[in-house]
Amino acid sequence: MTLAIELTGITKRFPGVVANDDINLAVAEGEIHAICGENGAGKSTLMKILYGMQPPDSGTIKIHGEAVELHSPAQAIDLGIGMVHQHFMLADQLTVLENVILGAEPMRSFGRIDFDAGREHLDEVGRAYGLDINADDLVETLEIGERQRVEIIKVLYRGAKILILDEPTAVLVPQEVDELFRNIRELKASGATILFIDHKLDEVLEIADTITVLRQGQTVGTVKPEDVTAHDLAEMMIGSELPVPDAGASTVTSEVALAVDGLRVIGEGDRAVVDDVSLSVHRGEIVGIAGVEGNGQAELVNAIIGLDDPDEGTITLLGREITRFSVRSRREMGLGYVPQDRHRDGLLLGFTLWENSALGHQTEGPYSRGPWLSRAGMRDRASRIKADFDVRTPNIEVSAHALSGGNQQKLILGREMVAGPAVLIANHPTRGIDVGAQAAVWDDIREARAQGLATLLVSADLEELIGLSDTIVVMLRGRLVASLDPNEITPRDLGAYMTGAALEAEAP
Amino acid sequence: MTARLTHRLMLSSAAPIAAVVIAVVLSSIVLLISGSNPLAAYADMVGHASKLETQVDILNRATPLYLSGVAAAIGFRMNLFNIGVEGQYLLAFIVSAHLGAQVELPAVLHIAFILVVAMAVGGAFSGAAGVLKVTRGVNEVISTIMLNAVVISGLSAWWIVEWQAGGEISATGGRVGTEPIADSGILPNINSWLELFTREIGLGKKLTGMLVIAVAVGIVYHVMLNRTVFGFDLRASGANPTASHVGGVSPKRMVVIAMALSGAVAGLVGMTELMNTGYYPSNPISLLGFTGIAVALLGRNNPAGVAVAALIFAFLDVSSGILQISGAASREIVEIMKGVIILTAVIAYEVVRRIREREEAAAAAAAMATSPAAAL
Ligand SMILES: Nc1ncnc2c1ncn2[C@@H]1O[C@H](COP(=O)(O)OP(=O)(O)OP(=O)(O)O)[C@@H](O)[C@H]1O
Ligand SMILES: [Mg+2]
Repeated sequence: MTLAIELTGITKRFPGVVANDDINLAVAEGEIHAICGENGAGKSTLMKILYGMQPPDSGTIKIHGEAVELHSPAQAIDLGIGMVHQHFMLADQLTVLENVILGAEPMRSFGRIDFDAGREHLDEVGRAYGLDINADDLVETLEIGERQRVEIIKVLYRGAKILILDEPTAVLVPQEVDELFRNIRELKASGATILFIDHKLDEVLEIADTITVLRQGQTVGTVKPEDVTAHDLAEMMIGSELPVPDAGASTVTSEVALAVDGLRVIGEGDRAVVDDVSLSVHRGEIVGIAGVEGNGQAELVNAIIGLDDPDEGTITLLGREITRFSVRSRREMGLGYVPQDRHRDGLLLGFTLWENSALGHQTEGPYSRGPWLSRAGMRDRASRIKADFDVRTPNIEVSAHALSGGNQQKLILGREMVAGPAVLIANHPTRGIDVGAQAAVWDDIREARAQGLATLLVSADLEELIGLSDTIVVMLRGRLVASLDPNEITPRDLGAYMTGAALEAEAP
Repeated sequence: MTARLTHRLMLSSAAPIAAVVIAVVLSSIVLLISGSNPLAAYADMVGHASKLETQVDILNRATPLYLSGVAAAIGFRMNLFNIGVEGQYLLAFIVSAHLGAQVELPAVLHIAFILVVAMAVGGAFSGAAGVLKVTRGVNEVISTIMLNAVVISGLSAWWIVEWQAGGEISATGGRVGTEPIADSGILPNINSWLELFTREIGLGKKLTGMLVIAVAVGIVYHVMLNRTVFGFDLRASGANPTASHVGGVSPKRMVVIAMALSGAVAGLVGMTELMNTGYYPSNPISLLGFTGIAVALLGRNNPAGVAVAALIFAFLDVSSGILQISGAASREIVEIMKGVIILTAVIAYEVVRRIREREEAAAAAAAMATSPAAAL
């Protein structure tokens, strides 16, 4: 058996952090190799080094037995290495086809781009791996799940034989994960080597041939899935037991905090993307919204936050109708929001952590007094968020892009929680957070719930939905099609509701 | 600590200094090729600039350039390219000159009236481009270029004809332009302030009072940007409009406000000349708006940086005047220098940024070696 990848003694330092500390990694040709580890363990950094995005401070890289020095992704691509990032890197304003061929354009004479050839190749790749996508859609209009498919196709299009996937399942529902895993197995069958990062341990155990665990920049060990359990893995990663989401005793009150009534949002082509949706969230209650990406959850949330005006219906927050209120006034009334896409909607990547900790609350104390910013107040809050939410960073003066993905998520969550919201819209709140920190986040939400927080929880993690919610509603093609009791439903059944299969079976 | 501070200051000034040095080297080559003696030319320029009267001229030139640079910088902060500063200041100039001559007010009020009119006209004109952008999706580059064209070729010409017919414009005493503003509306010069430090200013040179206004604008811009909620909104919205929208900052509102503010500052650009001559002439000093874009670029949109850039450009413009008399070189050489400065500055800023990143990483690595426990 030859090794596709052999990394020896890789070390990489950032200001205040050793991201990779003498890491060794060996990946056999044609295997599916999972990398696990807590947030900030150095997984993404290691993958970026392998993809030529960042030079290691020391250490050697061997690809198919040959030592290489990677200075750019272009070089890695030439060696047949492709990477799909934790945070997608697509140009919103371009079509799927344009994004896929960007930088690898098939050319005709006189430097003209041969779009037909590109389209043909794209269709070929899509068919070969069963990845379905419309080449002419604007990326801007795609849901996250679809964007991921574009990213994978983009890599395959360039003929990658070694595929790096950074947290590919974080954004997917179980049925989609199954599909992704089918694709991965197909890729493997056609000779590809796959390296992927995942925080969901049962998924790792299901698909991986080999698992390497990192902790604080070091290799803890490499194991075979048949030799370990999820508990063993969790222990290797964080040194403690695997947490399970659990709502505990109900704290639901009779007081409605957020009410949505007859809401309709008309999307492109006069189709109602949110269709006559009514729901209410009480103080002390967590209402979970289940649904496959792209069934109107994003539009519903946007309407509640105030990013888009609904075409019909009303939204009531704490007894006041806010249907036409600005985002800012809603937030000042106590509406907290954890967005789904943290880079696009949640952070100012070039700004310091303390500036980021004020975003969305900058008009309120202690971040400001009247028209004046309070730097002291901002720094103070940021330090508190760092401590209370375990944001791993050397200090709060670094810019947000220096945080690992999971730590960025913790910063956003902390920012919304310390503001003491009355209503929290949490869109995939634990996405990309390691199993240890996940438990802490669940605790925080539960605690706030006991204090009367009303939460609308949108999540792709069905265990989380079932474990945390007091009520689950299922959204399908813009409508709420079912209201379920989380105590009586399994993830599989819930998945069936989400795809509509359960409803068809129920129908006479 | 102080050593580190000086090091940081040196790093941040390295880029503009490198740009100037490279510009000097390149223009020397050009001068040599064209058969002039670069050393003689530079000596003439520096010698000229060492005179107090020339320095007054440089400050008088730097003042509108600075205002124009700040106007462009406000737009850049929001990723808006207000290319219309040129039209905005000329329109503000003509309207405030006209209205300023129509009213009778006590001194301070009269001056304030003129300045406010100029800012309002510039702000409204530029704000209109902002409104077009958010309601109709018209790119501000296109709309401000069009509005420029309307002002520069159309409106001014039309009004001058109108006013001439009404007898407002006279050619008596060699003056061709709008009716002069009464003395109560003229901002006094601040020669006496400068003379506190040196000798009396000769040759009838007057240091413009607008210098004080420009400094005030710079301070307000700095404080607004860094210390107010509004400034935070502006910077945030410029950096990531979608995340800022989620954070309660309406991107449309910010576009309109930023354009209006940019235009309001632009409106002040022509005031240096108005406060000097008292009327809008048939051939006002022009191109200040376009130069302001370069000044903002060189100054990295930051209040102090833009000031340095304005002074550099003003120095080149004014001190090169001597070349026409001394004949050491063609005066146009400074245009080449300006161009090279801008180009090299852009590159130099990027190089310095990378050096700084590398240094930070190295410093961290060093700190790590001494105290491994500080890792997290
Ligand atoms: N560009 C950067 N500048 C400074 N520090 C960085 C940078 N990128 C990563 N780091 C730091 O390096 C460490 C490892 O980060 P990395 O992104 O590799 O973590 P990760 O294992 O992928 O975590 P997660 O599961 O949260 O995505 C973190 O402490 C992070 O703060
Ligand atoms: Mg990561």
